[in-house]
Amino acid sequence: MSKRKAKEAHLPIGECIDQVHLILRKRFCHQQLPDKLEGVEAQHKHLVELLKRTAVHGESNSVLIVGPRGAGKTTLLRSVLRELSEVTEVQKNLLQVHLNGLLQTDDRIALKEITRQLHLENVVGDRVFGSFAENLAFLLDALKKGDRSSSRPVLFVLDEFDLFAHHKNQTLLYNLFDVSQSAQAPIAVVGLTCRLDVLELLEKRVKSRFSHRQIHLLSSLTFPQYVARVQTQLSLPDDFPDGKFVREWNAAVATLCEDKSVEDVLRRHFNSSKDFRSLHMLLMLCLSRVSVAKPVITPADLLDASRSCLADAQANMLHGLSILELCLIIAMKHLNDVYEGEPFNLQMVHNEFKKFLQRKSNSMYNFEQPVIMKAFEHLQQLELIQPADSSSAKTQREYQLMRLMLDHSQIMEALQKYPQCPTDLKQWATSAFA
Amino acid sequence: MKYLTRLRVRRTYEWRGEAVGFNRKLKTLEFRSLAIGGEGVPQTAVSSGQHILIEGEDHDNPFVARVERLFEDESGRQKKATVQWFVRVSEVPPSKLKLLGREPHPQEIFFYDGRSCDDEVDVESILRPVEVRHLDADAPFPAPEDGGPLYVKFCWDSRTFRPLDPSLFESAPPRPPQPSLPLGAPGPAHAATPTSRGPGRRALPTPDPAVLRRAASGDVHLSRTAASAGKPAESAHSLTKLSVSKSLSARRTGTQLGVRKKLQLCDAAPTGSQDGPNVPSGAEPMVALTDDVLDQLLESTGSLARRLASPPRTASLAHSLTPLRRTDGGRGPGSSSRTSTSRAQEASQDSPTDPVGAAPRSSKRRSALKVSSRIRQQLNLLDVREDLSSDPDEEDEFVPSKKELQSSEEEEEEEDDEGVVVKKNRSSSSAGSGSPSSKRNRSSARTPRKTPRKVGPRTPRHATPSIPNRAQPTRRPANVLEEARTRLHVSSVPESLPCREQEFQDIYSFVESKILDGTGGCMYISGVPGTGKTATVHEVMRCLQHAAAADEIPAFLFVEINGMKMTDPHQAYVQILQKLTGQKATADHAAALLEKRFSSPALRKETTVLLVDELDLLWTRKQNVMYNLFDWPTRRHARLVVLTIANTMDLPERIMINRVASRLGLTRMSFQPYTFKQLQQIITSRLNKVKAFEEDALQLVSRKVAALSGDARRCLDICRRATEICEHSAADPSAAGLVGMVHVMEALNEMFSSAYITAIKCASTQEQLFLRAVIAEFRRLGLEEATFQQVLVQHQALCRVEGLQPVSVSEGLAVCRRLGACRLLLLEPSRLGVLQRIRLNVSQDDVLFALKAD
Repeated sequence: MSKRKAKEAHLPIGECIDQVHLILRKRFCHQQLPDKLEGVEAQHKHLVELLKRTAVHGESNSVLIVGPRGAGKTTLLRSVLRELSEVTEVQKNLLQVHLNGLLQTDDRIALKEITRQLHLENVVGDRVFGSFAENLAFLLDALKKGDRSSSRPVLFVLDEFDLFAHHKNQTLLYNLFDVSQSAQAPIAVVGLTCRLDVLELLEKRVKSRFSHRQIHLLSSLTFPQYVARVQTQLSLPDDFPDGKFVREWNAAVATLCEDKSVEDVLRRHFNSSKDFRSLHMLLMLCLSRVSVAKPVITPADLLDASRSCLADAQANMLHGLSILELCLIIAMKHLNDVYEGEPFNLQMVHNEFKKFLQRKSNSMYNFEQPVIMKAFEHLQQLELIQPADSSSAKTQREYQLMRLMLDHSQIMEALQKYPQCPTDLKQWATSAFA
Repeated sequence: MKYLTRLRVRRTYEWRGEAVGFNRKLKTLEFRSLAIGGEGVPQTAVSSGQHILIEGEDHDNPFVARVERLFEDESGRQKKATVQWFVRVSEVPPSKLKLLGREPHPQEIFFYDGRSCDDEVDVESILRPVEVRHLDADAPFPAPEDGGPLYVKFCWDSRTFRPLDPSLFESAPPRPPQPSLPLGAPGPAHAATPTSRGPGRRALPTPDPAVLRRAASGDVHLSRTAASAGKPAESAHSLTKLSVSKSLSARRTGTQLGVRKKLQLCDAAPTGSQDGPNVPSGAEPMVALTDDVLDQLLESTGSLARRLASPPRTASLAHSLTPLRRTDGGRGPGSSSRTSTSRAQEASQDSPTDPVGAAPRSSKRRSALKVSSRIRQQLNLLDVREDLSSDPDEEDEFVPSKKELQSSEEEEEEEDDEGVVVKKNRSSSSAGSGSPSSKRNRSSARTPRKTPRKVGPRTPRHATPSIPNRAQPTRRPANVLEEARTRLHVSSVPESLPCREQEFQDIYSFVESKILDGTGGCMYISGVPGTGKTATVHEVMRCLQHAAAADEIPAFLFVEINGMKMTDPHQAYVQILQKLTGQKATADHAAALLEKRFSSPALRKETTVLLVDELDLLWTRKQNVMYNLFDWPTRRHARLVVLTIANTMDLPERIMINRVASRLGLTRMSFQPYTFKQLQQIITSRLNKVKAFEEDALQLVSRKVAALSGDARRCLDICRRATEICEHSAADPSAAGLVGMVHVMEALNEMFSSAYITAIKCASTQEQLFLRAVIAEFRRLGLEEATFQQVLVQHQALCRVEGLQPVSVSEGLAVCRRLGACRLLLLEPSRLGVLQRIRLNVSQDDVLFALKAD
């Protein structure tokens, strides 16, 4: 909102910042494909050739694109399709069907979706809403009637391919692969998945029909390349309206990337993961701090962003607890130490807490049983503790076995940062006998 | 069994009157009419020539037919009737209905001019008489009314609709359920039987039984032609006969009564003795008539007047399917003289309509020629020596004679023809036997043309949608590698299936023998995927269908279902029914219909070959689907051959309960995985002289695949990939050489190497450290499982060793989940947080190897 105000006061600079946000957000939110993909040229070529053969020669194919999350599988496919759409031969012929394993959770839904995307429902009127069996027979008939040279090729993109393998009998996959291996309408099946063991999920007859082509997207990115990528991702294109602003911005980005502290932050992220998505998340946080008052990204921004990226959500939750709840957590920690991770119940925790109170002989923490019970339930609601097994719901609440979902380091860290934490509490946390 | 599904009144069937004739050869008593009675059912009588409803699979639409002949076998147990079938709209494959070019009238039926069905039925299946009216092709239909008369406009020969010649169906005037008198001249003959003629003359209130009889006999001829193999040829044939009889009729008018009876009696005996042995049981009635055929042919053109005049006689004719030749020389003149009376009376009426018939005739002649040549082939095949020389000639001579007939109707020409016919008849009869011809006729009648009809058009049920056509044509393969790739695609149908000759032979002879014997049976085929099971069966079916088309074996229906291509095991019934009859029904209803179809001694009998692919998917808890599939073939009238395919060799023992496994029987076949030599041969035969691979490269691929799975699909896919690699590796795609070892090696690596090691190598530092921590923790615990919390301690320690900032819990969890998503680690559900247990999905050695090499 400060940006909006600034825009009115200083129009040119406000305009520029607006543009920067627009361009970079498009880039980070995956709405815009990069002009060229780096590091995956071979895979790109393989896929282009494959799909082109389907579109142009009517050769049926099947392929899996495998890579960890955020490795750019979808980006690769989209950029290939973009390239192919520039070939008129392909553009006029290729029909596309996009399915997602998270949306089409069973074959019935998937079949309906396929029929819809192929615009086959026009041909049959209300038949689309026929039974599952009819839909399947209908689609198979449709595909069977086609042949290599005369019908339009169909591209099936199955996102989250591994989830399709969990469908009953793998009917859809069997039929798609069977069509791709028989003289019917030419189809290309492209599966996207992050599971390396995806082939083991396929039934043997489905597996036999799959062509066993896999395109692996495993980036062997080095740190300098990573930094270079950060720089390109943040840089503005040359066709930005204000030339001077671009030069200043790009120079600022270049110096940012050379900064020592920035490098440390980036290296930490690089060590953690090499994928695009986490990087974009980081850069997005930096970008949101850019305003007219501060039209550049500073190293401090990056540090802040990194900190909020890497923050431990559960430990943060501890900061909002009351002293009593914190006491209970500490008591649980000691129980965990004593019993080596065995589950505990409220009574045990209460006893442990009472031992601490006796040692301290301090009335300040004297609470009634119901109050403690309430605090205990609150912890359960926050899922800091969970019932050891769900079947024990029948037992009385005081005796229900629970487990602590926190690591000791998280508790200690939270205590350090807890505002005005009583000293005796801290002592008790470090040692059960303090 | 037959009356499963409907509560029905018990009917009684009794002959009315004495037997009118006795066929000594067949030992059948012939009757004039049949009384159908029973409580709650009005007494009705059915006599020859009358239209009747015959009980079929569909109770709302029983079959329609016309009685040709009623007879009883000697023992008096079996009352039977021969009929001429009509088909209802619902029986015509919907795809073919389009040929009609209009909406069919709900009460429209078609004169069935195909030959593929048995025209002998038990009288018990007769429901009641029905009224059938003939309409001109362009006449409008009366408004549909329920239970009203049925209308015939066209003749359906399982391929096309032709306007029905009224002479085929001489029952145009709306008439009470009594006889519709068919004139029974075959299609081309309608020059002689004008359309206009029918109505006036046939408005008889109650026809004399003699008339009915006559009608029936005329009709018989019809049915014969309809059912005959060389239908057009046949009609050409009868045409000549017509002309003959016509010419004769001008001169001779005689009393036929005595002559005919005498002839029948004396003819029957000799021919019968000759025919008997050659004819399979069940076909006897047909054979009986060979000698009588000429009479029938001549009679078929008979007019009403003649019918009225003619004395009652036994229509011993019935259903010899293709009476192409008569064997009795002596009878030729006699029979023609018999018909001559009617001829004379008819002549004046017949001639005017001749021009009308001219146009269709020419087209029929062409097909007649075609068929005559086919018959000649058949003759050769069937090894009928006696008639070999005479038959082709006969055909040849008939065809020109028909031409002559077309051009003019002068009696002199017709007389010439007659001479020829008679001579032919004599020569053939002097050759010694009627049996060869009858046998030949029969077989020819049943086989050809059926397969295409049933297999093709029957399947599509509704307007099947299709993928739209390409806007631009496909490119042809431009170079050798592309050509090779096309040929190597699994979908390309090879010219032959190498390396499966033995299996092919076994399946072929199994199915062939079942078809020839008209029995049923089951076969179980197993083998790992990609060993050519389905392909071999399809190949067998292709060959058998060719054989059927060439009349070497009786025609059969081929139906294929795939357990994977249905959503539920019970859908199998629906699909089978749909592919057999084109009907749509729910699973339960379909099961009932199929049950009935396979268990009743029904009409239209031909062997059905059912291929059930992926049998194991048809498993249900009670196994009733599999039970039925294997039980039907054991039924007496089913004539069903079931071929089942599945992957596991011991499927019957493993998943089938005893009664199912027992019915499946022991006819098993197992397809072994291909050996490397076979794989090599497969590739070579597919490439078919396209030189794209080095020998060594091929051998490497086939050895590698044979060692792993023996899956031909895999082998072909690898070869295909190798051609791509070869093409890419060459600087200039057109100049790419042969696919060599290097390319094949690369393809093999791509397809067989596991990606785990690469994935670990490419993982981020923290991910690698986490894997290392997992292994360290496993070693510490001595277990292959640890909680995240335990691993995290190790991980943080390792971070310190490596000089990295220790990870926080949530960061560590993120790393862990990323590895879990790739399935390098196996994780418990993530809601367990730090307590979730971790296992490795790769061997520890692999992880260490990948990390060490780093």
